[in-house]
Amino acid sequence: MIEDYTRRFVISAAALMVASRSSLFDGFRSERRSIRVGHTTAYSGPASAYGTIGRTEIAFFRMINAKGGINGRPVDFITYDDAYSPSKTVEHTRRLVELDKVDLLFHQSGTANIKAISDYVTRRGIPTLFVATGASKWDDPARYPRLMGWGPSYASEAATYARHALATVPGARIGLLYQNDDFGRDYLSGVREVLGPGAAARLAAVSYAVTDATIDGAISSLKASGANVLIIAATPKFAAQAIRRTYELGWRARRYLSAVSTSLAEVLRPAGLEAARGLISAHSLKDPSDKAWARSPDLIAYRRFMAEWNPGGDPESAFNVIGYAAASSLVAVLSRCGDDFSAENIMARTESLRDVEIPMLLPGVRMTISPTDHAPISSTRMMRFDGAHWELFGGLVDSAAPSRGAPSEHAQ
Amino acid sequence: MEDALPSGVARVSLRRRLAPLWPWLIAMVALALPFAVDSFSLFQLTMVLIYAIAILGLNVLTGISGQFSLGHGAFFALGAYATAILLEAGAMPYLLTIPAAAILCLVAGYLIGLPALRLKSVHLALATFALAIAIPEIVKLSIFEHVTGGVHGILVGVPPVPPVLKQAIGVDQWLYFLTLGIGFGLYLMSCNLADSRTGRALKALRENEVAAASMGVATSRYKAVAFAISAMITGIAGSLCALVVQFVAPDSFPFQLSIALLVGLVIGGIGSLPGALAGGVFVVFVPNIAESVSKGLAGAIYGLLLIAIIFSNRNALGRH
Repeated sequence: MIEDYTRRFVISAAALMVASRSSLFDGFRSERRSIRVGHTTAYSGPASAYGTIGRTEIAFFRMINAKGGINGRPVDFITYDDAYSPSKTVEHTRRLVELDKVDLLFHQSGTANIKAISDYVTRRGIPTLFVATGASKWDDPARYPRLMGWGPSYASEAATYARHALATVPGARIGLLYQNDDFGRDYLSGVREVLGPGAAARLAAVSYAVTDATIDGAISSLKASGANVLIIAATPKFAAQAIRRTYELGWRARRYLSAVSTSLAEVLRPAGLEAARGLISAHSLKDPSDKAWARSPDLIAYRRFMAEWNPGGDPESAFNVIGYAAASSLVAVLSRCGDDFSAENIMARTESLRDVEIPMLLPGVRMTISPTDHAPISSTRMMRFDGAHWELFGGLVDSAAPSRGAPSEHAQ
Repeated sequence: MEDALPSGVARVSLRRRLAPLWPWLIAMVALALPFAVDSFSLFQLTMVLIYAIAILGLNVLTGISGQFSLGHGAFFALGAYATAILLEAGAMPYLLTIPAAAILCLVAGYLIGLPALRLKSVHLALATFALAIAIPEIVKLSIFEHVTGGVHGILVGVPPVPPVLKQAIGVDQWLYFLTLGIGFGLYLMSCNLADSRTGRALKALRENEVAAASMGVATSRYKAVAFAISAMITGIAGSLCALVVQFVAPDSFPFQLSIALLVGLVIGGIGSLPGALAGGVFVVFVPNIAESVSKGLAGAIYGLLLIAIIFSNRNALGRH
């Protein structure tokens, strides 16, 4: 009996040793200190698709280091798998801050996961830059002075569609197809915000679950509701189904498509390019599968990076573009920090970025951050699908403006 | 070869003489650790204790009464949400939320146990599995969203250290000692339960249900009692988890949590109450080790480690 416990104790002790080995070697690092960047995302579990972004970022910083690092310093990109579980995110974030002693946290994913660490990182004063969630509540410098998102929020994107529909479709009645999770519900609250108190009469919202096999029923009931506008707030697989189904039904509603599903390779070609004609979306990033950008220098550089440093990744995937552009945004910050990577200096440099061009952003969309504006990429371009390409129309849409000052907890 | 025997005898007797010292040694290490390790390691050790308590709860059910549950993650979640919601409402001091969560899980365990335990072992495992799958979905439902926070979860503030201890220890140390104390209490309670009249009835159920019934053991009532106590202990672990992690959300309690608890139970040894600690170590550290070896193959490495530990430890498994 005792022998069993002794053996189990030895195994446990060995496990502890391995788990904490990172702290044992802290003292032996080179004197030209690396820039330590902490990151968590879901490499396993229900949302493991996001792991693609993390892998692209690992490859990106390998490339940066091979080219001599940033201001002569290598980047130590430390990333852990939280399997999308917020309690695991808390554990790994504490490990990054307390054991790995990172200089900043970068592009961690999941709205609930970020909420779980928001108080901790704020107490600790760790710069937590460009978190990867569509929630708009992180643009709140008074409450979270060192935390910020990156791209436009889902709610503001939905508001853009609703406003455009009200302005251009006479007697607009909006049908909303949304995914029944935090992603989809942010669209619902964005549309409701624009419609105001009369929302119930002008809005028919039908949800689907990611586990559903098909959304044909949802599309039929939206059509039966008499809507003449359809906002498709869906992830790629379901967006393709919705585009196809509306086309087959001959439903002539004005269709808006969520920006996460605008990829030609992943959504529009599977749905049928003819079925996709006339779709409208608002995006801030270039789609690598759209031939319109084939000759632009940032797309050529992106393709070269994917071929050379991330050959296992699909260059057409929107996730890889996000990883590439977000990592490029961080390089823009760090390269302005000189030789001082203290939290104060990182925040000061971050908050003084004005109209910075980032590779893979659509023409005119730029990154701007200030002590009162923590929405780095707050503008989008509207675009219409002409059967072959997304054609940009109109000027910049400042998507942060309308939700600023509104209650920050959109989905609640 | 000839002198191998006497020295072997001496070793056994030495070990036997040292045996009573083990609990004291473990207690001393457990009490000294918070002053020897950094705050993150202490946080991880507290998580080990929390999972050990949850596994202890499962062990009361499986080890003593011989029932299987694939759904104890649901009671873990229930305990965590009870504490988080009570604190959010400002209803009571945080220390009182722990017994409140315990009572809630005890009642829930009994109510769920009554019908579910009429099922035989494998079917019971499936019925409880359904519970584990349902709980995160129910928490997300929009009708409960104003209470549960929906997918966005609830932030729990940092639990303050009691004023008398404030000078001596920090928050992480306090939470460690709190968890250690509660865990030790629950361990003693479980040991007493196993040796009590109820415990004997439950063990009789485990060995042979028909024989137990014919001896006058009210089988379904006793099973429900075992299920309720088991749910209560696991719920207390959930409540402590909410205080230590300071956040609850549906995605923190996927059905994989229930599987992880069951794996921890088997690793520690079914029926071995101290083995729950080994199970807790496994649940917290092995996924991290697997990931540190390879991100892409983390699942496969976890499986390999699991098999390796089961084989290296085979004779301890299944012992009552």
